[in-house]
Amino acid sequence: MDAFLEVAGLTKAFPGVIANDHVDLTLRQGEVHAILGENGAGKSTLMKLIYGLYQPDSGEIRLEGKPVHFNSPRDAIRAGIGMVHQHFMLIPALTVADNVVLGDEPGGFRYDRKEAIRRVRALSEQYRLTVDPTVKIGSLTVGLQQRVEILKAFYREAKLLILDEPTALLTPQETEELFVVVRHLKDQGIPVLFISHKLDEVRDIADRVTVMRAGKTVGSVQVKGTTSQELANLMVGRDVVLRIDKQPLNAGASVLDVENVSVQGHDKHERVKGVSFSVRAGEIFGIAGIDGNGQFELVDAIAGLAKVVGGTVRFNGQDITRLSPAKRTQSGIAYVPQDRQADGLVLDFDLVENTILRDFRRKPFSSGGWLRASAARVYAESLIKRFDVRPPNASRKAGELSGGNQQKVILAREVGRNPSLLIVAQPTRGLDVGAIEGIHRELLKLRDSGKAIILVSLELDEIMSLSDRIGVIHDGQLLEIVDGPSATREQLGLLMTGIHPEDGMPLAVGTETSSSAPSSPKETGGQS
Amino acid sequence: MNNVWRSALRGIGTPIVASAIAIVIGGIIVSLIGYNPLTVYGSLITGAFGTLFNLSSTLTGAVPLLVIGLGIAIAFRAGLFNIGAEGQYWVGAMASVWVGYHFNQLPSVLHIILALIAGMIAGGLWGGVIPGLTKAYVGAHEVITTMMMSYIGIFLVEYMIEEPNAPMRLKGYIPESPAIANNTHLLPALPITAVKQAQLSVSIYIAIAAAIVAWLLLKKTTFGFQIRSIGFNQRASRYAGMRVPLYTILALGISGVFAGLAGGLQMLGVEYQLNDSFTSQYGYTAIVVALLARNNPFGVILAAIFFSALNTGGQNMQQVSGVPSSLTDVLTGLIIFFVAAERLIPVFIGWVRRRRSQGRAHDAQEGGTLA
Ligand SMILES: Nc1ncnc2c1ncn2[C@@H]1O[C@H](COP(=O)(O)OP(=O)(O)OP(=O)(O)O)[C@@H](O)[C@H]1O
Ligand SMILES: [Mg+2]
Repeated sequence: MDAFLEVAGLTKAFPGVIANDHVDLTLRQGEVHAILGENGAGKSTLMKLIYGLYQPDSGEIRLEGKPVHFNSPRDAIRAGIGMVHQHFMLIPALTVADNVVLGDEPGGFRYDRKEAIRRVRALSEQYRLTVDPTVKIGSLTVGLQQRVEILKAFYREAKLLILDEPTALLTPQETEELFVVVRHLKDQGIPVLFISHKLDEVRDIADRVTVMRAGKTVGSVQVKGTTSQELANLMVGRDVVLRIDKQPLNAGASVLDVENVSVQGHDKHERVKGVSFSVRAGEIFGIAGIDGNGQFELVDAIAGLAKVVGGTVRFNGQDITRLSPAKRTQSGIAYVPQDRQADGLVLDFDLVENTILRDFRRKPFSSGGWLRASAARVYAESLIKRFDVRPPNASRKAGELSGGNQQKVILAREVGRNPSLLIVAQPTRGLDVGAIEGIHRELLKLRDSGKAIILVSLELDEIMSLSDRIGVIHDGQLLEIVDGPSATREQLGLLMTGIHPEDGMPLAVGTETSSSAPSSPKETGGQS
Repeated sequence: MNNVWRSALRGIGTPIVASAIAIVIGGIIVSLIGYNPLTVYGSLITGAFGTLFNLSSTLTGAVPLLVIGLGIAIAFRAGLFNIGAEGQYWVGAMASVWVGYHFNQLPSVLHIILALIAGMIAGGLWGGVIPGLTKAYVGAHEVITTMMMSYIGIFLVEYMIEEPNAPMRLKGYIPESPAIANNTHLLPALPITAVKQAQLSVSIYIAIAAAIVAWLLLKKTTFGFQIRSIGFNQRASRYAGMRVPLYTILALGISGVFAGLAGGLQMLGVEYQLNDSFTSQYGYTAIVVALLARNNPFGVILAAIFFSALNTGGQNMQQVSGVPSSLTDVLTGLIIFFVAAERLIPVFIGWVRRRRSQGRAHDAQEGGTLA
């Protein structure tokens, strides 16, 4: 097979790190090629070099045999390279068609909207990227927005598609739909380069894998015939434990009692409707559900960040329903929010400032209103070491860290506080297998030391392997709480779509997409 | 440590490059209209720094820019654009003058302190109360509200002395307030005639102390930590348990406190009374000062002196070389443009560097277009 894209000896240094160190990569015509590597290995940097966002210090990129040099993404696009970033770049107020053609509109001086819609419709049929060109971006689910991003690439006649962690934000169903699209592209001979941390996905969709470690390419392997374990070991450079054993449950007194709580979202809609449950010391309480069913609003409310419109939240017997977020933090509630860049970190702050972001008021980080920088630095450095944040440099801005390392910083900050209740939402999103293993170990260690933990995750595997009890949330209601070790995928999967396994009755309708608007509130038979 | 230096250099590099580019382009403009840029800039520099009197005048003019600039920088750090410092300055000046010609039995130092504090409170309330509260609770944009309050402030001060029976008007035909008590006049910065003539008072020391206070406030206190955090990311700050509305109000208020202090210092050090002219423009130039300084308090000192030097030097430039002093306005405009377009500068530097390294690999470059 011909090489479509070749990368030879590509090097890119940032102050203090060599993000790409003589990287080699060959992408053949019509293959799906995955890039695997630990957090901070340099995967995104490589993609950005290929896409012209960064310029290499040395090395060469060849496209169909010809050396190319891109000064900006514009050059790369012209050469036929399309890229979908992890954070989409769409304008919510415009329609799908407008977004796709933006910057390259049909029509001369006057924008020919009809023609734009026609072309986008034709493209979406050609590439099986089904989406209505006339709806506003703002009303689309994440999965559909991603399709629009892919359409944008093909509208500009991409001959190669780069996807940076395309599945990190998708639900399992959306991931499956994305893979249908990717397979179709492959059939049309379009090569796809994508980054993922999920080994099963890689084995499912990719033909070949290139593994990166600490800025270098370790090698490329044919996917057929390799196991996830082999891939993981290759990536981390040591044996990784993919499933970890759990100590038997040793639950203590109830730490958190949520009674009939209702929560309003930012849009003033009721997102959580009368949920009750309690979490005991020494247990992990998992909350499973399809994205958009109120799980994040529920934990926001427990942390004091969303408005509770009914019910009470008790922490260690004390009513905290009206307490400020700061007071809750002080009283021993830690929270890892799901959106690390918007909520969890101040990207322009360095790691020292980020590690004390929620504790700067207390000793030893400040006294009498004065910050104690040296105490904060010592603490930050100890956390960086304990949680293996890379590069281990506390003076670095959080925004300069790779995605996975940003997540580690948040976890380090929250776990490091030694809270009596830890709420974690999507704790391992975007993390590599080695890092996930580390995080899971930390969570279990906390549990075994008698802390109460609430784990919200969209990954069923994560919920099932860690939780002692699992509450399934659907349309803002906790349908059922099941025992963790004996729960099955099928049982949880059905509950998540609102179907009780016993009676097989759908409890609510119209929840096909993840961000379903509150559907007609049918009377539910389920109770918590 | 190496890192710290590098980031510090990067921090001041861009403003310096921006100013340098502006100066070069200014020089080109000057030579295009037929003057020798070296003479022109020479006269500008001598005018600003050449003699002790000139230097002192430059510093005198720098004081209000510096102090107001600090306040604007603090607001910027909180992500707020205090565009109405001019009004806060005048309201502060008014309060200081009022205290300055009352309470004449007070001992000198106490009277001065009281007058300055009055100015600070007035400026702080002017910036903090209405713009702060409306921003924090109904989301009114501070650019609009501080600007509106600025006009109201200026008109209020004007009203105080304009009409024959205005509350602060001195009897007579000229619209002006009574002069402040002699014992509230600030001492000269140095007991030297040139310094005295240039009206350079101890306010320059107070201004530098204010810069240190602003720096400590931003960098070393939990207050500043929250201000900066809110400026960068409100959602994360809320998550961190910070009271975003409160700190929004405080940031705008403190910004006004500095502007009010500037007004007080100007009255006690230079003007000694309110006059009929309310066109200091310090409040506007100080925005550029803060921008050029990238909101770094020590940078504000340098930037304030720089802009004041353009002003004092510009007058000399006109006399010596015949270039209209409005050229300094052109320079100011160019600097603002290049500082605002600071993102262009790294791009520009990178472009130059790449051109150079690509000279060798020219063929590879050709392939890039892939026509
Ligand atoms: N703009 C930047 N400035 C400084 N350092 C950077 C910058 N971008 C990336 N780096 C550094 O380069 C290295 C590689 O980062 P990169 O984002 O490519 O990692 P990654 O493999 O995509 O990791 P992840 O899986 O966590 O997303 C990291 O050490 C990171 O801190
Ligand atoms: Mg990445």
